[in-house]
Amino acid sequence: MEIFWILAIPLTGGALLAVLGNRDWAPEFGLFLSACTLVAAGFLTAHVVSEGPFTAFNEQFFVDSFNIFLVALTALVAFTTSLFSRPYMRIERDHGKVGVKALRLYHSMFQLFTFTMLLALLSNNMGILWVAMEAATLTTVLLVSLYRTPASLEAAWKYFILCGVGIAQALFGTILLYFAAEKILGSGGTALLWTHLNAVKPQLEPTVLSLAFIFLLVGYGTKVGLVPLHNWLPDAHAEGPTPVSAVLSGLLLNVALYAVVRAKVLVDGALHTHLAGYLMMGFGLLSVTVAAFLLSRQKDIKRMFAYSSIEHMGLITFAFGMGGAVASFAGLLHMTVHSLTKSAIFFAAGHAAQITGTQIMDNIRGLIRQSPAVGWGLMLGTIAILGIPPFGVFASEFLILTAAMHQTPWAIPFLLISLGVAFAAIFSKVQSMVFGETTAPRLSHSPALVPVFVHLLLVLLLGIYIPPYLAEWFHQAAQWIG
Amino acid sequence: MTIPLSGQLINLSAAFLLLVGFAMLAQRRILSLINLFAMQSFVLVLSTLIVAISTHQHHLYYSVGITFVLKVILIPWLLHRFIRKLNLKWDVETHIAIPTTMLLGIVLVIFAFNLAQPISQLSGTVTRHTLGIAIAGVLLAFLMMITRRKAVSQVIGFLAMENGLFFAATSATYGMPLVVELGIALDVLVAMVIFGIFFFHIREAFDSLDLKHMEQLKED
Repeated sequence: MEIFWILAIPLTGGALLAVLGNRDWAPEFGLFLSACTLVAAGFLTAHVVSEGPFTAFNEQFFVDSFNIFLVALTALVAFTTSLFSRPYMRIERDHGKVGVKALRLYHSMFQLFTFTMLLALLSNNMGILWVAMEAATLTTVLLVSLYRTPASLEAAWKYFILCGVGIAQALFGTILLYFAAEKILGSGGTALLWTHLNAVKPQLEPTVLSLAFIFLLVGYGTKVGLVPLHNWLPDAHAEGPTPVSAVLSGLLLNVALYAVVRAKVLVDGALHTHLAGYLMMGFGLLSVTVAAFLLSRQKDIKRMFAYSSIEHMGLITFAFGMGGAVASFAGLLHMTVHSLTKSAIFFAAGHAAQITGTQIMDNIRGLIRQSPAVGWGLMLGTIAILGIPPFGVFASEFLILTAAMHQTPWAIPFLLISLGVAFAAIFSKVQSMVFGETTAPRLSHSPALVPVFVHLLLVLLLGIYIPPYLAEWFHQAAQWIG
Repeated sequence: MTIPLSGQLINLSAAFLLLVGFAMLAQRRILSLINLFAMQSFVLVLSTLIVAISTHQHHLYYSVGITFVLKVILIPWLLHRFIRKLNLKWDVETHIAIPTTMLLGIVLVIFAFNLAQPISQLSGTVTRHTLGIAIAGVLLAFLMMITRRKAVSQVIGFLAMENGLFFAATSATYGMPLVVELGIALDVLVAMVIFGIFFFHIREAFDSLDLKHMEQLKED
């Protein structure tokens, strides 16, 4: 029943806001909806904790230890983002960057995007997972071009076409998966249900499944932002409104990776080789190194952190590809802390860009002097994302490196050099933005920095102490990811 | 080995699909491109109908109906409307000369048949021989998207790719489960509406639908 509410609230909310989104109280209403979704997710989490994994609505939906924490994380980040976007979008309106119509589109599409993310996570049907991922592109593409500047239109078009083509590959992969499954499960509704596929995975045809996995990896990998399929990502993050950048980085990339991992579990069961793992490790390592070396060349603050997202998603993909209890555990933890930290950074960076009126880093100076909260938010977020203890990113990166030391020692130099290069590039740029003199004026609405510090506090807590039930979930999920 | 009449008809329509795929690759005019797309969708509908009748797969009738309404009538009509409203008549510019594109297309078809071979051998459907053509259709549409400069022709490439995937699903497995097909159809429809909105936004910002204006975002 909780699943019904989790999906129904953002869906009906999105429809309502499509009509009422131009009212003055629309941001508060959106916030209320996100809060309701979060509460529903809380109830679902409690349900799973007490009764274990279950399927619902004729097995069309499925909750286990892997997707439940992503559902909770998605609902949480969606809520804090709407908390942040309330003043942020008002300031954008005051600056004349968006009109009333654009705001209506924004509020409506934000709810629908949350809906697609939760549908992708909760659906047991690999076909519906695909439909939801494509719908996620559709709901965000008009948000990326919300400002209607030439650059934002270009970014949105690129996002639309590249992700459309990418996701078409994933559809072909899904067709191949269905083709292999249909022989064993019979045609009709059940052959794409993940729980059924998982039960019969040793009998699935290996040739077809390895081909299916390649297509699924390339397809969903485009949305994860794996190099060399990452071209859309920095543009879409830099040109869209900041709340959209935050949810793209914090939610969409995670959910796309979730789809890849679901597919990997099936392929591993059918193949008895490490093909899927090697492919993911290759893509992951390439993403980490390429993104790290591109970081220092960035001039736009949001673009730089978009590259940092590519780097971290690469690291997580690498961890899942490596497999094993420790690496998968670390991958799950890194997914959580990266999502929280990166959205916090985007919140702070968005306000920083509003204060100074530019996203070019050379022109942003003296944030701490003008608005200590924004400055410190950006600084602490950067320290957290760079993996400095005691933040949670340090714990997960340390675990990934330890696992790699045992399983794939050859990868260690690449990882260490990339992390070092990324550190040098990001830290020096952020430092000069945060300190120094400034003449920037104050903002018309006081910035919402509660989400920034809530996220960073959570990341800090995860770095010091992982609650036992969370560790238990991660362990369970890591076990069946293999 | 004799092939039953239904199988022959399906093979014939598959061949026709491939032919239309190449015709789209060679076509310079946007209006003819839209008509070719409608024709390709119509052939797709016919072949799916033959499969549905000969194999008694009832859920395929629904896909036939959805595809017919969506891809043969609604989308071409929408595209024609956009073209009229935006007053676009000029020829399509390509990045690569058309004869070169055709040669590349032939290479892609050979590749597609090689890719399809191991899968078709495992398939038990009457349509399994057409899987290679389906993959070729996807790849040709992909090539068209890469080589065209105008936003509208990229969109038609995108839709043609969807046609190829649909055909692949029918030839390998007699179509996906109905709920998935409905979802995909909904996605395509929404994508079409968004593409339409986009055309007007791009035109407003650049005064043209030529994508060469949209090459500003680059790494230095």
